[in-house]
Amino acid sequence: MNTITLLVFDGLLLISIVSLAWAALATRDARRSVILFMAFGLVLALAWGRLLAPDVALAEAAIGAGLSGALLLAAVSEQPHAAGVVRPSISQNPGRAGTRTAVRWAITLLCAGLAGILGWALLQGLDSSARDTLAQAVAANLAISGVSNPVTAVLLNFRAYDTLLELAVLLTAVLGIFALGQARPGYQCAGPVFDSLARWLAPVLVLIAGYLLWVGAHAPGGAFQAGATLAAAAIVLRLAGRSHIGLPAGGSLRLVTVAGVAVFLLVGLVLLLLGRPFLGYPPAWAGALILVIETAAMLTIATTLVLAFLGGRPQALWREPGVRRDAPPASDAPGAAAPANESAAPSLAAGTQEQTRC
Amino acid sequence: MIDVLAAVLILLGLGFYLAGSIGLLRLPDLYARLHALTKADNLGLGLLTAGLALHAQDLFTSAKLLLIWLAVLAASAASAHLIARHARRRETGT
Amino acid sequence: MPELLAVSALGLMLSLFLGLLRVLRGPGPGDRMLAAQLIGTSGVGVLLLLSVLLKQPALIDVALILALLAAVAAAAFTGQAQEASHD
Repeated sequence: MNTITLLVFDGLLLISIVSLAWAALATRDARRSVILFMAFGLVLALAWGRLLAPDVALAEAAIGAGLSGALLLAAVSEQPHAAGVVRPSISQNPGRAGTRTAVRWAITLLCAGLAGILGWALLQGLDSSARDTLAQAVAANLAISGVSNPVTAVLLNFRAYDTLLELAVLLTAVLGIFALGQARPGYQCAGPVFDSLARWLAPVLVLIAGYLLWVGAHAPGGAFQAGATLAAAAIVLRLAGRSHIGLPAGGSLRLVTVAGVAVFLLVGLVLLLLGRPFLGYPPAWAGALILVIETAAMLTIATTLVLAFLGGRPQALWREPGVRRDAPPASDAPGAAAPANESAAPSLAAGTQEQTRC
Repeated sequence: MIDVLAAVLILLGLGFYLAGSIGLLRLPDLYARLHALTKADNLGLGLLTAGLALHAQDLFTSAKLLLIWLAVLAASAASAHLIARHARRRETGT
Repeated sequence: MPELLAVSALGLMLSLFLGLLRVLRGPGPGDRMLAAQLIGTSGVGVLLLLSVLLKQPALIDVALILALLAAVAAAAFTGQAQEASHD
């Protein structure tokens, strides 16, 4: 690509990213800023692709462009405003004007300082000559890592401990989500257009998730991207009004949620018992172990993201096998008690036939 | 020869993309703009992927490109309908 | 051929930029959403061209994910109108 074209290309990309980011933060309407943020994620995935980082581009496209938008829109729509949510402005109390200005200046200086440090670090990195970089070290040891994609080798083998802790952070997030209470109520059954979209989109996304998981060993892909794509399939089904979106129920849900950390720990401890270092895979088994860990991680990541979209513990799906679903919980608003009682009887009767609702 | 054909297809696709985005800027109404958008999605991407599929090295890549076009075709048709219906409901207050 | 691909990538980037103007300006959320769809499709086109120019076949996978998840985002945006109060 010749230099002028590349320069103009990069310039347009840069202006797009910065102006989208600025606009997303500067608007007062929350829904507008979420849409701008989604567009920002799209362009950012493009930028990662331009910078020759396809793994990050995959993750950004899956999580930043699609899922973050869905999560944020679902959260924003919960606000009590009717149409167009306005973010609350800073308090208008005139007596605190002095403190407000001081806080603003402090924050401005802090951000400027951080930007300066980042700029200095960038300049340091730009004039790097022939130093021993991480890439060379990884390339030298790639043969014994069990995979041929250097990013997967770093994530799942050389720095596996970091990934284990990341999955533990996701587990903590699930505990937080469960602590929020019941999930949001579902959506109405979709019309024919949306329903037909969901019918082919969900299976294709599941297929692509499996493909990304498998291909992660030798090409950009891996557990995070596959998990996000799998979550997108469930979210599409949820938006189409289905009650069965692929999320397991009851005990299986708990099992799948901890599977990522559990399988990782199990592998590490078994290796420890066999006399090897913690998570030090024997080179002959490394590929298979990485695949097993990645599969469990993919399921956990997908479940976590879907639970985040649901917004709490999934009530209708939280059924122990053999136990009948109880009466509507006491947390229902009193004003809705009358219609709830009317619809409770038929919905209980239809409770075992939920899957034919949509 | 194949290169010339691929080049022509890619340039035509680019033309439809630009027509779509200029239409997005210049047309007066949301519903009219949706027409412009779907031209870019269907024909623009279709011609582009056709040209790139001719240029591709192996059959698997061409198949992936075809899949991308089909997916965008179906998805953008549904999205355009959903966006138009959402806007209509907002206007008439459901 | 590579020069043509480079110029096409630049043209698609321009198309994306024009869509950006509509995202920033568009008077309603529907305008912004459909401009985001255009940005997504232009991004798909740019990624496909970049995969040939920069010799990174993985960018085709990125383009596929981007296309599908832009559809999911549009579905999420319009799906908000359908939220029921009782499941």
